[in-house]
Amino acid sequence: MKRNGNQPYVSASTPNATTPDQLLRELVAHLRQHRTDLREEWARRITEAQLLTAMSKEEIFAEATSVYDNYVEALETGTFEALQAYARNLSERIIPRGVETNEVVGIVLLLRDVLARSLFAKYQGDFDKLNRILDAYEPAANRIAITVAVGFVQERERTIREQQEAIRELSTPVLQVRERLLILPIIGLIDPQRARQLTEQLLRAIRTNRAKVVVIDITGVAAMDTHVANHLVLTVEASRLLGATVIVTGLSPEISQTLVNIGVDLSKMTTVGDLQGGIEEAERLLGYKVVSSHDLVQQT
Amino acid sequence: MQLRDNLVLKVSTLRSRGVIIDVTVLDVMDSFASRTLHDLVRMIKLRGADTVIVGIQPEVAFAMVQLGLTMEGVPAALDLEEGLAFFNQNSLRKETGPRVK
Repeated sequence: MKRNGNQPYVSASTPNATTPDQLLRELVAHLRQHRTDLREEWARRITEAQLLTAMSKEEIFAEATSVYDNYVEALETGTFEALQAYARNLSERIIPRGVETNEVVGIVLLLRDVLARSLFAKYQGDFDKLNRILDAYEPAANRIAITVAVGFVQERERTIREQQEAIRELSTPVLQVRERLLILPIIGLIDPQRARQLTEQLLRAIRTNRAKVVVIDITGVAAMDTHVANHLVLTVEASRLLGATVIVTGLSPEISQTLVNIGVDLSKMTTVGDLQGGIEEAERLLGYKVVSSHDLVQQT
Repeated sequence: MQLRDNLVLKVSTLRSRGVIIDVTVLDVMDSFASRTLHDLVRMIKLRGADTVIVGIQPEVAFAMVQLGLTMEGVPAALDLEEGLAFFNQNSLRKETGPRVK
């Protein structure tokens, strides 16, 4: 039995008059009883601390209510799945509104604080009981705080990953302009990861479209380093192994200079000044001849 | 090795002018395999026939060039059909007798 009130912790194995389970039940009952004022207190402190500024007071209160209920439920049942699901759902709703990680962590810690204070107030007279209540409350409360914060961060990371993937998909379109002729316009910065993805997509597109000629247009690429240049050469050679000829167009003066200066061997690549020239060259290779309809009429 | 001897022999006995080597089923092409293939192509060339390699998978192709196995001077085509088309285009004067591995 613990007699000394200054001793901060009681181990769970200490034979207490009340087991941690019972304490927790008492605690939950207390939180249910004071649901309204604690909730209000919490919402007030959130506003005071200028957290969740992106949301209106009513919204904060509504969310606070559901978080509070979920919180109490998690305390009561000791299972965190429902809370986790709720945290994910909440994050999904508030991330697009620009709510930051520190705000979410902040409000969860505030709730923890508000509840702990109400416990202090209630068990003021009984220090021993207070200690034991806190022993039951704190680990659970910490886990809840961690669950919500981690849920938020995970949700945010998932959003970021999805966006990155979307950008990447958008950034490497392989287009078919004629039977057996593909165009791959590259715009923006090429990092090693994007270069690899680009190559994979191109090689796959060559096979699915049965392409014979590919025009890679790099007009929109501002700079190129050794790594990317070498990767480009590899792509050209790999395409050749699939039976496709690659024409590179739109090398800017700066890039041409860089490539020659760093000594990348470009002898295996066919390069043409601009995209139009590249397409014309590709058509020649494929045996197409583009004739204006006026000329056709005149001939006949 | 047996494939090589056999093939080089057949090129003359069948009086082949073109050989298509289909590697569609190969998921891996290491340096040994590609050197063997390259040698084979050169030997066939010495016997007076042209070779085209068909059916290299995209992943295999990229792995090969990363290892520096670019098969220079060896024509490649997407699949068997393309390989045949290659000979039909390039050897109007030659009678084609493609042999498929």
